[in-house]
Amino acid sequence: MTKIFQSEWMSHLVDALLPVFATLAALIIGAIMLLVLGVNPIDAYAALWDGAFGSSNAFAETLVKATPLLLVALGICISFRGDVINIGGEGQMIIGAILATWVGLNFTDLPGWLVITIAMLAGFFGGAVWGGIPGFLKAYFNVNEILSTVMMNAIAVQLMNFLLRGPMIDPAQAEAASQIPQTARLLDAFRLARLMPPTRLHFGAVIAVVLAGLVYILLWRTTLGYRIRAVGQNPHASRYAGIQVSRYMVLALLLSGAFAGLAGAVQVYGVNYRMITDGSASGFTGSAGFNGIVAALFGGLHPIWSIPASILFGALLVGANKMQRIVQVPSALIIALNGLVVVFVVSSEILRKQRQRKRLAVAKRDDELPPSGDKQIQQAEAGS
Amino acid sequence: MSETDNLPSGRSRIHSLEMRGITKRFPGVLASDHVNFDVKAGEVHALLGENGAGKSTLMKILYGLYHPDEGEILINGKPVRISSPTDSINLGIGMIHQHFMLVPTLTVAENVALGLPSSRGLLTDLDVVSKRIVDLADIYGLRLDPSAYVWQLSVGQQQRIEIIKALYRGAALLILDEPTAVLTPQEVDELFVIMRQMTKDGHGLVFISHKLHEVVEICNRVSVLRDGKMIGTRPTSETTKQDLANWMVGREVGFAPDRGNVQRGEIRLKLEDVKCGSDRGTPGLRGVSLDIHAGEILGIAGVSGNGQRELAEAVTGLRKVISGKVTLEGGEITNLQPAEITERLLSYIPEERMKDGMIKDFTVAENLILREHHKPPYSNYGFLNLKNISANADMLIKKFRVKTPSQETMAKNLSGGNIQKIVLAREISRTPRVIIAAQPTRGLDIGATEYVREQLLEQRKLGTAIILISEDLDEIFALSDRIAVLYEGSVMDIVPRASATPQKLGMLMAGVHPENA
Repeated sequence: MTKIFQSEWMSHLVDALLPVFATLAALIIGAIMLLVLGVNPIDAYAALWDGAFGSSNAFAETLVKATPLLLVALGICISFRGDVINIGGEGQMIIGAILATWVGLNFTDLPGWLVITIAMLAGFFGGAVWGGIPGFLKAYFNVNEILSTVMMNAIAVQLMNFLLRGPMIDPAQAEAASQIPQTARLLDAFRLARLMPPTRLHFGAVIAVVLAGLVYILLWRTTLGYRIRAVGQNPHASRYAGIQVSRYMVLALLLSGAFAGLAGAVQVYGVNYRMITDGSASGFTGSAGFNGIVAALFGGLHPIWSIPASILFGALLVGANKMQRIVQVPSALIIALNGLVVVFVVSSEILRKQRQRKRLAVAKRDDELPPSGDKQIQQAEAGS
Repeated sequence: MSETDNLPSGRSRIHSLEMRGITKRFPGVLASDHVNFDVKAGEVHALLGENGAGKSTLMKILYGLYHPDEGEILINGKPVRISSPTDSINLGIGMIHQHFMLVPTLTVAENVALGLPSSRGLLTDLDVVSKRIVDLADIYGLRLDPSAYVWQLSVGQQQRIEIIKALYRGAALLILDEPTAVLTPQEVDELFVIMRQMTKDGHGLVFISHKLHEVVEICNRVSVLRDGKMIGTRPTSETTKQDLANWMVGREVGFAPDRGNVQRGEIRLKLEDVKCGSDRGTPGLRGVSLDIHAGEILGIAGVSGNGQRELAEAVTGLRKVISGKVTLEGGEITNLQPAEITERLLSYIPEERMKDGMIKDFTVAENLILREHHKPPYSNYGFLNLKNISANADMLIKKFRVKTPSQETMAKNLSGGNIQKIVLAREISRTPRVIIAAQPTRGLDIGATEYVREQLLEQRKLGTAIILISEDLDEIFALSDRIAVLYEGSVMDIVPRASATPQKLGMLMAGVHPENA
């Protein structure tokens, strides 16, 4: 029996390490591309490592990048568990940030902690609305949520550009006629506390980690989470059991959007202290709305595992910047490298599922009974 | 060349195949416990057993898909090693799987040739293959056109391709894994003719089936497996169906369970001229009126597709009622939300238990609270009470004898019978006032079927009103107090069980009133 357990255990260990192997494989292919470009891959990867983890500042930067990824990933965990695909993280971040910024610019008389709290809630609320609309459209009009969330991104970008170039533009910019699309700076009192000055690591990271725990509780310890997962796994059976399926689809997407909205608010209050863009969505979000999806998938749609997954992606983003500066490779290569990691990790996830199925097939032996470890049941069966 | 040594296909016979002391362990379970089994040329040997008894394990070992931990296999008295299906095919063992392994867009000949080397190297030799198929078909009386496309053929004909495939590859001994499960009665008769021809010609056949009457009809010997152990082997002529059923289950099986005497009570569920649509856009129910009393099982008989599904869905709130009225204990429930109807203690055992009754990727414990998850004691203030959920699961697993490694096991890993037990446990444990049971024993083995029926009768004794929708007339007769026959969305007649005969029901099911006939 011990041998069986050992091999089972090994098999699970291999499964757990698959994403790591996948990342390594992607980096090896990246190394080949670097060689073709005439760059020493060891130098390049050393720069990447150094950029991500080489100093306390580097690591802090990694965590700063990881924070919005994690927040978006938490939302993705909820919606994907509910079998609703949310591609609208970018737009939800933007709307959340706009509302949060508006709060900070208009309630300048209130104490800092109160404004921050209201602003975070406003971000949460803004994202919820932006996610809830496609959720509503899906649940009651059967509109495909992948399409509608992407469309909502486009609307959010234009809304942001309009506001940051018009009503919400920094008065200094308006005066100087330089017209950079950004809002005025928040009061110093409204900034999220820095955890390790002089690095930029801020309190938002703590919020994200705490929320990861709360999302875990939400999904597996509350009625709401039970229902979201039930609807995601089998809407038919959920309906038969008396769960109002469409309502929980809306809720899943709404909550997903809320976390992205919060990510937007955290970016404003923790990093930039104002809302700023270059006219594109990623100009503000840094594509966290998309990368958060990858981080969540990398973390197996589990809120706790999304923490290391987000850190890894944060490290890749920060490290790649440094690599680009040190070894002078085109930025397209960095994007390609990130893409490779995504492709390999997603493939490894498919492989993991196959292995799981295989193990199950062995354990289940098709139509036969599953291995029954429960002595009592066996006795009950035998005695009957 | 003596006739005794060669089969008509040219292949040498397997006079005897013997499996000795075969033992196979899986983590936590002994799937095959020192099992002895043998097949001789010219006989059909039935392998009987409930799901999980170890039939498939034994046959997969013989076919080289699993490797035994202990034991040996002898062909014509000589030990052989079978480590893959290729080995077993080379030794002359063929397997007809329950699910056919055919490519629908290819012809019969192409399917047979698939995976075999061509006699012309890189070029195909389909004409040679076709000729050989025609030869084999002639010898064994299998009517089959080699140039026909598989998708054009009936299920019975596709099964013949599988048999030809095995014979083409030189099978002397064939394992037929539940070959009749997918066939119509006529096709079963045709298969039996082919099987008799094959045994006459010197092939040995292993016949795996649940259906006892088939075993008695076609087999020479029968072996029964239970919990991985070989219970015994006997000539079929010395057994009866009842013996075999008792043997399989390990105790006395009641084909006609004791119904007891139950006083029927007040009307629990009332349908008045209920009309609704169907998924096909045609009328589903064309004005159905029924009364179901406390302590009564009302059987709904009918050929499938005559409104049974619509009836269940209309009552449970899953399908919109166009006109008419449904009342549950005096309160109208017409077109209420399924959640609201559930609240009034109407339980539903859906026809498609995997799709509608169960969440495959939820644990057993989670599935057991699917109906009541939002209420105390499983949930307080929106938080799940894991302790109570777990205690509930322990209690129900024990009470309903669900075979599962643990309550944390995903439902998808359980057998059909155990999944039905979970649905049953969940629906019954909430002490329902009315139960709608749709095809509650379809696809279950004898033990599980008996169990489900006992539970329904137990509920009847407790005074629950039960609608039993079933296509199995034996089941309807065994359980019902009254029988309503549905035909094209209307109730043809409601007859008390005592005055119902299969002939009478058969006519009603065909839409004919016996009085008018």
